[in-house]
Amino acid sequence: MITKNPGQWDFHGGIHRPDCKSLSAGKYLGKVSLPDTLVLPLQQHIGAMAEPVVEVGDHVLKGQTIARVTEYIGAPIHAPTSGTITAIEERPVPHPSGLSAPCIILQTDGRDEWGELPEPLPYFDDLDPSLLRERIRWAGIVGLGGAAFPTSVKVNHGPDRPIQTLVINGAECEPYITCDDLLMREQADRIVEGIKVLLYVVDAEECLIGIEDNKPEAIAAMRKAVAESGLRDVQVVQVPTRYPMGGEKQLIKVLTGKEVPSNGIPSEVGVICVNVATAAAVTDAVMAGRPLLSRLVTVTGEGVNNPGNLEVPFGSFMSHVIEQAGGYSDKAYKLILGGPMMGFTLGDDELPVTKGSNCLLVASREEAPDPDKAMPCIRCGKCVEACPAQLLPQQLYWYARAKDFDKTQEYNLFDCIECGCCSWVCPSHIPLVQYYRFAKTETWALEKEKQQAEDARRRHEARVERLERLERERKARLRQKKEALEKKTASGGMDPKKAAVEAAMKRVAEKKARQAKTEKRSEESS
Amino acid sequence: MKFPVHTSPYGALPNNVTRVMGEVLLALVPGIIALVYYFGPGVLINISLAVTTALVAEAGVLRLRHRPVRPALTDLSATVTAVLLAIALPPLTPWWMTILGVLFAIVMVKHLYGGLGYNPFNPAMAAYVLLLVSFPVDMTQWLPPEMLNEHPLNLAQTLTAILGGGLPDGLTWDTVTSATPLDAMREQLKMNKTISEIAQNPMWGDFGARGWEWVGNWFLVGGLFLLWRKIITWHIPFSMIAGLLLASGLFWLFDAESMPFPGFHLFSGGMILGAFFIATDPVTASTTPKGRLIYGFLIGVTVFIIRTWGGYPDAVAFAVLLMNMAAPTIDYYTRPRVFGAREEDHG
Repeated sequence: MITKNPGQWDFHGGIHRPDCKSLSAGKYLGKVSLPDTLVLPLQQHIGAMAEPVVEVGDHVLKGQTIARVTEYIGAPIHAPTSGTITAIEERPVPHPSGLSAPCIILQTDGRDEWGELPEPLPYFDDLDPSLLRERIRWAGIVGLGGAAFPTSVKVNHGPDRPIQTLVINGAECEPYITCDDLLMREQADRIVEGIKVLLYVVDAEECLIGIEDNKPEAIAAMRKAVAESGLRDVQVVQVPTRYPMGGEKQLIKVLTGKEVPSNGIPSEVGVICVNVATAAAVTDAVMAGRPLLSRLVTVTGEGVNNPGNLEVPFGSFMSHVIEQAGGYSDKAYKLILGGPMMGFTLGDDELPVTKGSNCLLVASREEAPDPDKAMPCIRCGKCVEACPAQLLPQQLYWYARAKDFDKTQEYNLFDCIECGCCSWVCPSHIPLVQYYRFAKTETWALEKEKQQAEDARRRHEARVERLERLERERKARLRQKKEALEKKTASGGMDPKKAAVEAAMKRVAEKKARQAKTEKRSEESS
Repeated sequence: MKFPVHTSPYGALPNNVTRVMGEVLLALVPGIIALVYYFGPGVLINISLAVTTALVAEAGVLRLRHRPVRPALTDLSATVTAVLLAIALPPLTPWWMTILGVLFAIVMVKHLYGGLGYNPFNPAMAAYVLLLVSFPVDMTQWLPPEMLNEHPLNLAQTLTAILGGGLPDGLTWDTVTSATPLDAMREQLKMNKTISEIAQNPMWGDFGARGWEWVGNWFLVGGLFLLWRKIITWHIPFSMIAGLLLASGLFWLFDAESMPFPGFHLFSGGMILGAFFIATDPVTASTTPKGRLIYGFLIGVTVFIIRTWGGYPDAVAFAVLLMNMAAPTIDYYTRPRVFGAREEDHG
């Protein structure tokens, strides 16, 4: 079934704020020059950490797998260029916690020499979809919209969940970010190729490409590419500019009218949603046999001299990338990874760009002022109006503050997508999302604890049960013996023990008699 | 390079409490001007007294509670409470009553419950009810509106009266003050007069009581401003007025001679002020969209019930306080359906 009139639906809440995209929109500053050293975190995605398959001192070629997946949800890491592995150790990574994590350090040799690559699969539609999924998995492709969820897992929806609609996310609703916009403008064909592959892999009936109406050039380019591709049932849909339009659940609702169930995933309603850059990465993996080695990154804000988009090999330091965007201006005040709504500030720029890094926002003091002291919640309900998940943020805040985590769950804490709309509109400037993150982490910790307590309880119960069973069995054996004995006595039989004793005594007596006889005999003979 | 860190979202946030409260104050201005025009300068004196007391009380309590004073004073919430109480008081209210009411509102109703955001009751209305119950005579002595006032007092005379210096020579309280229209209606109905008889009295205007109806209209203008500025949502004012009109309209249809016309209810007392400025106090009202509709509607109906069969002529304060009590329960049972709620989760 094809969606009629896609884009006619709406989602609740959301906010309008100046999109500030003109700083970098449509500006491509080229490829970042290869740095001397690349720092490649083993965890650049959601799921299990990759496992190194190289050793210190190994020489690796471009595209070579240097860390493999160990679990179903995970992605491998490839060498973005040729060079030597100089260390595998903990290094600071771009994470809100500011902590370090295991990384592979690659000393580049400047030759950028490709290793052996798998063969391209231009006639992919003759192949089994599982082979293509395997190729996507090999290529280390993860969601490039920022969440970095392994794409191979996403497109493996299983036979019991037929997919009707493939949604391609080109909304790019976060202010400042323009890398998807640029990709759609300049490489629409590459995205459409990827859509072809994905349509085949997930066996969807249609594809809807959602793009916010503040990107008319991207919409035009994508429409042209779709028309030239001859694909039927693929539509570019212009959606209104409103944050968080690019939220997976929100975009699916607007395009198809379907609501992804609470605590559920899109495939439950027959939809799979993939970012435009991810689709382009799929093209590279399938059509050229190339793994994911770099990405487009928006470098913007009043704090950089020449805002724009750059193709950045993973592992490049942000300081290096910003240098190539003209360096810091006098106004540079904060470094934000991601957009201003869901991104996070970094304390340092000596951190690697990873698969999920879509934007480096160097904000001025005006763009990212220091937060005010939070005032008490006056229950004005602005957050309720803004919440796209239709939650009651003020109640969640109340219970999160009171550490009443049963209540936060009752108020559907885990449906919060942390989009930041509530914090944005709050007149009391309460960092609401921070409270929800805290409540989520605490709930997970409590559940883990509960699980451990539950395990311990089960172990204890099993032990008690085992001891009781042994005791029961012992008693049963005793009873059986006793009963057998009583039966024998009752039936006039001899007690077997007594009989044994008597027999033994008899034997002893006989022996003594024999002995006496022999002694006598010997005395007689001597 | 090193950078400072803090949590998202980043940017200059569009809203703040001071702006919210400031716009509420701004929205009150037309109504206050109308009050001054029809009922003399006493309102302004009451407001000045109340605001001064409120700020002093707020600062004092915050100091006792070891809380920062400046942000709380500049958030203007105490000022709003003081102004709302002051305009609900009769124009010649003795100074000490105003001060007592404001102290009660700020110290007892607001801060003893934890300060801004934690008080279950609307401080201005709780204080109003305290004064009404304690000093019923003073609290029902209003001035007649300008067009019916034969002895208007000037600013100095008003100030003297409020400060306890008595009235100018030759005037008594009875000649200066008059009952409020709601009170008058009530008394006359008690005397078994019909509505058409009562309506002969010059105190009645085009759709409510003369003077009062226009004060109501100007507060309505302020209320619409708040709606436009999105400081309040339509739910509470709409449902509260709907509740009152529906209840009073129903009875009026059956018995138009002993039940006043719904418009009278709307434009003769504190209804408009209550619907847009008092019941919408976010701290004490219901916060879910559906809950706000129920909350407002019940206030409207309660106002009618108390006015018609209760012991007090006006009832907005009582109705609001009663529903303040019900608000948490209403909220609990009117939680909105979350995005993607599964069938079995539906409330």
